[in-house]
Formats: sequence, structure tokens, C-alpha cells
Amino acid sequence: MKRVLTGNYAAAYGATAAKVNVVAAYPITPQTTIVEILSEIVANGELNAEFIKVESEHSALAACIGAQSAGARTYTATSSQGLALMHELIHWTARARLPIVMTNVNRALGPGWSIWADATDSVSQRDTGWMQVYCENNQEVYDTTLMAYKISEHADILLPTLVNLDAFFLSHTSQVVDMIDQDRVDAFLPTYAPEYKLDIDNPRSFGSLTSPDHYYEFSYKMHKAHEAAKQIIPEVHAQFAKEFGREYGMTESYRCDDAEYLLVTYGTIAGTTMDAVDRMRDKGIKAGALKIRYFRPFPSEEVRSILKNAIKVGVIDRMISFGHEGAFFTETKAAMYGETVPLYGFIAGLGGRDVSIKDIESMVDKMQAEDPSNLIWIGVKE
Amino acid sequence: MVEIRFHGRGGQGAVKASDVLAMAAFLEGKQVQSFPFFGVERRGAPVTAFTRISDDQIRIHCYIYDPDVLVILDPTLIGAVPLTDGLQPNGKIIINTQRKPEEFDFSGTENPSVYTVDCSSIALKHGLGSEAAPIVNTAILGAVAKATGLVGIDSIAESIMEKIPVKQEKNAEAARESFAQLMG
Repeated sequence: MKRVLTGNYAAAYGATAAKVNVVAAYPITPQTTIVEILSEIVANGELNAEFIKVESEHSALAACIGAQSAGARTYTATSSQGLALMHELIHWTARARLPIVMTNVNRALGPGWSIWADATDSVSQRDTGWMQVYCENNQEVYDTTLMAYKISEHADILLPTLVNLDAFFLSHTSQVVDMIDQDRVDAFLPTYAPEYKLDIDNPRSFGSLTSPDHYYEFSYKMHKAHEAAKQIIPEVHAQFAKEFGREYGMTESYRCDDAEYLLVTYGTIAGTTMDAVDRMRDKGIKAGALKIRYFRPFPSEEVRSILKNAIKVGVIDRMISFGHEGAFFTETKAAMYGETVPLYGFIAGLGGRDVSIKDIESMVDKMQAEDPSNLIWIGVKE
Repeated sequence: MVEIRFHGRGGQGAVKASDVLAMAAFLEGKQVQSFPFFGVERRGAPVTAFTRISDDQIRIHCYIYDPDVLVILDPTLIGAVPLTDGLQPNGKIIINTQRKPEEFDFSGTENPSVYTVDCSSIALKHGLGSEAAPIVNTAILGAVAKATGLVGIDSIAESIMEKIPVKQEKNAEAARESFAQLMG
């Protein structure tokens, strides 16, 4: 059934369709309407779940960890400072191999106090072991939430997923979303039945002291699970496309085949970049766009195979790793190790600054002119 | 794709208008996108909202810089904020005012079509808002439907029934009345 939904509602309805057993979340702008609608959905009986009211984001994720450890499918959502407050337990979730799915509305960190879009919050959680996806539109938010449970819960993965959407550009923007009938969702995503859980009839110990004899292997196995995910994610995408007709990849390439100037980006800027590519093609510039959906695991081989034949590549980051460059730029350069294509890093849209088609066209202008070693700030007021 | 930019003041319902218009187009099978300029809400402060309507998937996610249609809920904004920036040649400007279209001077924009309708009086007649602050968002949508032909007035009315939480019938009637009264 098609409806017009905001990105936040798309996330909440995705979690509802996944029939989560426990929701624990603490409201924060611009995530708040996710919590509001889910509390309504649980209160009116549409979703048979426990809604746990908590006093902080740290407690929200703690509650999910407890419930998930006992065999429940859980959901939480946050943003920015809230995600930062969860940090300790974000590590814990992944290392405990709990396949929790969390929505993060990408928002800048303060001060200066900002409620607007910026990917610094989620990129700061890079090394926690979570898988991370970035969404371009509200349909993708809904579909990705459903697929995230299936991928996270796969017996060869068992890792949590952070599903990211841009503050306001998706969270508060209404778009058409095709929602899937519940019986078809149920066939795609069976009930969560973990092999190991807290069970008083079959007592086990979780999270105990781990000596150097074993911790190293714990980490190795987490990395192996990420590697396995690179194989399993495309399989789940293929199954989703077969069932529901919408195709996804770890990346999405747009007019890349013969592109000379390729722009790599993520989130809502990716959609605007595709429209900018059309505009540049009309002017005779052979431009293309590569959208990165998965930041972890990072699809290095795929990125390399798409970018290696370009003349120049630009990477647009809506965040800055201070003292270095944008994080997606770093990853893209690493994926291109050994290739000779010049790469440019663009910083754009921090703290919700709008990124227009003209801004994106100006990047290709700069790629044609400037030294590729430069990190280029778009629209900065010096 | 058609891009519509709404200009109003906090409390007039510009953001809701952008949503109701998008829903009306959706009801007619279109792809839509609606969103506010993301600021902090204050009653009386200038508010901007955006609607995109297309036959195809809408990928773009930035603000609307070159609108096809401008909808002005409060005529005191004219001259106070740069409303007509980027308006496409032969664009349409729909204004809530008692004045006639020919009384407005939009020199600097290329061949705009100007339409006016007194939405404030229509809103008050239907009990929407107060004399000091009439809520004109639904009334102006009747004018938008008439001036642009983007959506039918019946779809606007249906969308109002779905999206407006109170006084739905009155709001729908206000839209129909402005549809009938539009000058331009």
C-alpha cells in the first residue's frame, strides 16, 4: 500500500513491519517523531511490543541489549548527542553479537548547537563493529530497516545495524512510500529465534572476563562476520528485489559506465548528485554518480571496480574528520590504492547547510581545474 | 517535475499547505515531496515550505531555488523577503490579498502570471483562525489548484479531509470558495 510518509515515519513503520518485540528509545530532535508514532502504534495494539520508557539514550540501548540477550527482536532510534551518549553500549552491542537495528537521524554535534544534518555522529561510531547504512529516500529507509533485521540476524553475521537518514532532508520530508503487506513481510523476515540467549531453563553466561587467550579471536570472528556480510548483504538484496521488485546494492552507480568525472557520496546528497549528473550530461560533461550505502562493511572491491576507469573522482562528505579529511574520502582513497585516478575530497553541507545542484556542478568545475591533493570546502564563508 | 515554493508567516499553515498539496497530487498518482525550510518555528516569522510534484521518482533533496510556482500566504512579505528569487520565466505567483493582480509589480521576473484571492476573508467566513490571525493555508490551495491545474479541487478537498485534523469540512469549503473566486 502506498502512503505519503516522512522519513521518520518510514523508519517507524519499517520497525513495525519487522514486528519488533521491544522498543526502548529516548526522544531527541529530529528523531522525536519516530518515538512518538511508535508509542502510538504500540499503545493502539497495532504492534504487540513492549515499549520501555527510559531516562536517557544510554539506558535505551541498555534496555535493548538486555531484551535482545533474552531473545527479543529490539529497536531503538536516536540522533547526534544521543548516539554519542550511547557510545559505550554501541561497542557492547556489537561485541555481544546482538543483531539490534537502530535508526540514527544524522544530526550535527554541538556546540554551536545544531539540529541539522551532518554525518559526524554516525561516522564517529565507525570502529564499534556495527554495520552502517546510509539512505537516500524514505522508501529506502523503510526497505533498509526490514532488510537490516534479516542481514543482522543471519547466523553467519550476528552484528547490529545502524540505519542512517539525514536530519530534515529525510526525517521531516514527506515522500511516497510503498509499504509491504504484513504476510509478505513475515515470509521474508521470519520470527527472531537466536541459537544462544538468556534462558533460565538453560543457563549460560554472557559477557564474562575474556583473557588474551580468547579476546583476540573474538575480534577476529567479528571481522570475519563483516567479511561474510559482504557476501550475504547482496543475497538479501537479491531476495528482496525478487519478492518486492525494488533493487538495492551496497553501492548504487548512476551513469557510471562511460563517466569521466565520477562523484562519490551518500545520503540525500546522492539523490541531488544524480540530478546534477543529468544536468551536466545535457551540457556534454560525462559525469556519473556512485552512491555508497554501506559504510561498514565498506565495499572496497565494488568501489574500486566502478571508479578505476574514470578520469577524475570526487568524494563528497557531509562530515569532516578534523585534522585529516572526510571519512568517505579516506575510505575511497584506500579502496583505490594502486590505481592512478586522481581523487578530490569535497566537504559540503555541514550542520545542515543546503547542497544544491549548482554546488555539485561547481565540484566538477573544480575537479577540472585544481590540484587533486587539495581538500575542497564547498561554499565556505571565509 | 514542478516545483512550488510557499511563503507565509508562522501560524498561517504554510508547511501544512505544502503537505496537503503533495497529498492531493499523490491521490492523483503522482510522485511527491514536501518539506519545510528547516528552522525554528515562531509565530509571525517568515516561513518557507516546498512541494515537488512529478510523474517520475523524485531524487533531488535540496531546497527549491528556481520554483515554477510561488504561493504567498501573506502579502506583507512582498518586499520584506526576496520572494521572487529564481522564479522560472512564465512562472505563476498566487497571492492571498484583497488587491487585484494588476496592482502588483514583479518587474525583475520574466513574464510572471499573477493571481490573487482574498483567502483571509474566506478563512474567517468559514471560522478558520481569528481576525488577527486567519488560517489561510487550505483556502489558498483552492487557488493553487485553479491557477496551476496541477491537481483537481476534489483531490485538494480529499487531501484536506485526510491531513487536516480539525474543521475538515470548513477547510474543504474554504478551498472550494477560493477556487471559484480566483482572479488572474
